[in-house]
Amino acid sequence: MDYFWGLFISGLTKGSIYALIALGYSLVYGIIELINFAHGEIYMIGAFTSLIVVSLLLMEGMTGWGALLLSLIVAVIYAAAYGFTVEKIAYKPLRQASRLSPLISAVGMSIFLQNYVLLAQTPDFLPFPNLIPEISFLKRIFPLMTPAEIAILLTTACLMVVVTFIVKFTKMGMAMRAAAQDRMMALLLGVNVNRVISHAFILGSSLAAVAGVLIATHVGRVNFYMGFIAGLKAFTAAVLGGIGSIPGAVVGGLVLGWAESFGAGYISSDYEDAFAFFLLILILIVKPSGIMGRATQKM
Amino acid sequence: MGKKAVILLSFYFLVTVNAYGKETIKLGVAGSHSGDLASYGIPSLRAAELVVKEINTKGGVLGVPVEILAEDDVCKPEIATNTATKLISRGAHVVLGHICSGATKAALSLYLDAKIIVMSPSATNPELTQSGRYPNFYRTIASDDAQAKLDVDFAINNLKLKKLAVVHDKGDYGKGLAEYAKKFIAASRKAELVLYEGVTPGALDYSALVQKILRSGAEGVIYGGYHPEAALIVSTMRKKGMKTYFISDDGVKDETFIKVAGSYAEGVYASGPKDVSKNPLAIAALAVHRKVYSAEAGAFYLNAYAATQCLLTAIEKAKSTNYEKIGAILHREYFNTPLGKISFDRRGDAIGVGFSMYQVKNGAFVEIK
Amino acid sequence: MLRRSFFVSLWFSFLTFPIMVIRVNTIEKTVNWRFGNLLLVAVGSFILSLLWQYLFARREKMTKNNSAKYRAILSRFFSGKIRFVVGFAVLLFPFLLSTYHINVLTTALIYVVLGLGLNIIVGLTGLLNLGYVAFYAVGAYLYALLNHHFGFTFWICLPLGGLVSACFGLLLALPVMRLRGDYLAIVTLGFGEMTRLVLENWSDLTYGPSGISGIAPPTFLGITFGIRGTMIYLYFLMVAFCLLAIFLVRRLRDSRIGRAWVAIREDEEASRAMGINTSKAKSIAMMIGAAWAGMMGVVFAAKTTFVNPASFSFLESAMVLSIVVLGGIGSIGGIIIAAFAVILLPEYLRFLSDYRMLAFGCAMVVMMIFRPQGILPYHRRTYEFKEVHR
Repeated sequence: MDYFWGLFISGLTKGSIYALIALGYSLVYGIIELINFAHGEIYMIGAFTSLIVVSLLLMEGMTGWGALLLSLIVAVIYAAAYGFTVEKIAYKPLRQASRLSPLISAVGMSIFLQNYVLLAQTPDFLPFPNLIPEISFLKRIFPLMTPAEIAILLTTACLMVVVTFIVKFTKMGMAMRAAAQDRMMALLLGVNVNRVISHAFILGSSLAAVAGVLIATHVGRVNFYMGFIAGLKAFTAAVLGGIGSIPGAVVGGLVLGWAESFGAGYISSDYEDAFAFFLLILILIVKPSGIMGRATQKM
Repeated sequence: MGKKAVILLSFYFLVTVNAYGKETIKLGVAGSHSGDLASYGIPSLRAAELVVKEINTKGGVLGVPVEILAEDDVCKPEIATNTATKLISRGAHVVLGHICSGATKAALSLYLDAKIIVMSPSATNPELTQSGRYPNFYRTIASDDAQAKLDVDFAINNLKLKKLAVVHDKGDYGKGLAEYAKKFIAASRKAELVLYEGVTPGALDYSALVQKILRSGAEGVIYGGYHPEAALIVSTMRKKGMKTYFISDDGVKDETFIKVAGSYAEGVYASGPKDVSKNPLAIAALAVHRKVYSAEAGAFYLNAYAATQCLLTAIEKAKSTNYEKIGAILHREYFNTPLGKISFDRRGDAIGVGFSMYQVKNGAFVEIK
Repeated sequence: MLRRSFFVSLWFSFLTFPIMVIRVNTIEKTVNWRFGNLLLVAVGSFILSLLWQYLFARREKMTKNNSAKYRAILSRFFSGKIRFVVGFAVLLFPFLLSTYHINVLTTALIYVVLGLGLNIIVGLTGLLNLGYVAFYAVGAYLYALLNHHFGFTFWICLPLGGLVSACFGLLLALPVMRLRGDYLAIVTLGFGEMTRLVLENWSDLTYGPSGISGIAPPTFLGITFGIRGTMIYLYFLMVAFCLLAIFLVRRLRDSRIGRAWVAIREDEEASRAMGINTSKAKSIAMMIGAAWAGMMGVVFAAKTTFVNPASFSFLESAMVLSIVVLGGIGSIGGIIIAAFAVILLPEYLRFLSDYRMLAFGCAMVVMMIFRPQGILPYHRRTYEFKEVHR
């Protein structure tokens, strides 16, 4: 039975990470109907930035989760900046163009960012120090979970609440929802759609950065290629849950995480990555609007 | 008329692309000179450079200098075929390499077609010599069946383990070793194989695998593969509080493993080429490396040193670069190398070379007698 | 304009500071500060920003159709004597160059044909296929396996490879029939990755990551050549394939099915309203594109005598896609130029090859923004009727 719970928890952990990244996809897609291929790379850049900051801090003698927190803040700032810049360069000029152009531009941006980090840093897998402390009373309550896993779950839960609050109760959130519903109308009603789009990118990228830092400290290594697969799976999660829908991104992420974990544990760990794509094709054939999507979504 | 002249001139240039260079003996050196497995390939390149420099100061081989043609295959089989083609078309007479078994296997048939002798300091997959398909292949390191036997015997007899898990990276080298380990465990009748799994190199995390190891109740894991994956698996296991023994192969017996896994590397066992540091030639070779590169020599350095010496000495003794003649010398004669006095059996394996077990103690690999 | 560039430069210096300037190696526990890079970024982004603003202002003009002018130049270039000389050179190349160069040229030609194949799917029909490499892999592995187990020769496997890949194409086309742009892209990407995963893990069938070596090179009426001979043989084979592919694409473009494809690309609903069976047309496009990739896979396997799953990753699909996009969607000449650029430049400018992928990504973005029709755009012949005043 321990085995089952072990898999359950790793599925939950993975799913939370997917959910964080998937949110970014959903937010952006909801407004401009573009798959931001480069989103996975933002996640990776968040992890790398955090690694750099942490290494510097550790060299100066700072330890533990203070260093981690500080690097998290820096990583979020930078990831948001990258997201903002990518949008301005690669997507904004193509807003009026056909569907193909921004998609290819996105793929190009993804390749560019991957290789940018590869060349500027290193192709190696760099180890990331384990900075989350063991808190004894938590260890007694959740004996099966490592501190990193607990941290991931707590952080994700908190962030979900924050994002829901932003989207439901703030002016910017309302503007985002309006733009997602009908961009032209929102524009006519005086919403600064350009700014809304930038905000969506910034919010999404920040979440991705948090995910990147969490994964880095949980798994213990970062690599320039980590964004590609994670991004792909997170997009699958977003579609699974219903793209454009925020609770959908969370649901999709968790479903995917569990599917992968249990699939790998009980069926075959070789095909772990294939489960994601298999689910994707299944969902797109059976219910293209996703688990929580509205059926009126244009296919 | 001007157009014709341009065309003729460009043809002329193309022809001179094939111009002959100075006469030299060309030693191809193929291996992972960059990438995450570079720590395996660079020491061999340096060994070749040092040996060639010494031989050239003494007048070279057959009266001409030796030239090194270095090509990087990043330990990837699909790149190794390109590397081989390049070395062949550049006129390599003999090749030192490749480093990784998978890459070597991929390239060997090309070398065989071109009748070029290939000697590897580190490719340990048994099939390379035992299948008989590659009579042009030699190596200055024992093959993996010997290594797997050592690992299994150590686990069962020295560590007294009864339940073993065998994990591999699905590559030629790792899976080959794992298959042999499985066989030896079954033959020993003293231990049970509770898990046999393959992992995908480069995956982000191996928590599913570690869960499986935990569930299987294995007391020890025998891992066939290279240090990046091994480091991640060991750290994941230790983070979960597992005290399972970890025994691996010469793909893990590398300083980089200790650096990456950090404190989690402590206590890990790995087999590697026998320690020959008492051999005077070995001491000299290591000293030269220290002097020229201001660093300690890395993995397979002595094996590559020996291989280069054997190849070049064989050419000298055969008095030609002919494939059959060099082969005859390699089988017949004994060579004085840092690994001792070695020769080659009819399959290409080295006679006089073996493995021993090492353990990480206080941040370094220490040989266990 | 200058002020804008100044701020842009400042922004990029800030943005790229951690990654460009601070190089951390947690294995060796070293930190490397490269302030030279900071200067590079600051100056570089300043200049590029100026360039960008300049080009942006002229963007309208650039996207206008001036390909007619280029085509006129090109057709004059390729007429008469030049055509003869070029043809002669093409025939003579392999005998004058070393094996290495022939190898590179042959690879470039393979990518030309791949580009033309993908062009049918993406360029003519508008189906963004990011998993094209799957068909390539199918062809390669088919030949590898049939040759390894049964000794089938190259010439038997060539059409077989095309056929089996076409079936795969159909297999992919069926579930994606109803999907539009973005979803299609992701699903095809997933398909490509899944193919690679299956190749890697179904070791009983495919020998997994170790791959299959010792694949027989092609023979000519029973004669086997040495390494150099095989290379030359493959080179001529590829030249023939290229010509065949060009011919076929030209004919397809002007055929009924070709027009159907372009109609689907432009507006699927309208095409359906006009009576075009879009499902059939899309499937055929996928199948034909796949068949070409399959045949090229067979050639690839014969050329390198070794296949393993690592050669068939998303990278390959991205490269072929970038060839199609850079060359000009739908344009044959553009694709040829792009394929040569993409393959030859990194080989001959060795010091640049590290930056090859970076350049691709960059080029894809830049091309889409400034010249989405590609290097040498293709425009269908149009006829204009001018009012004749009596």
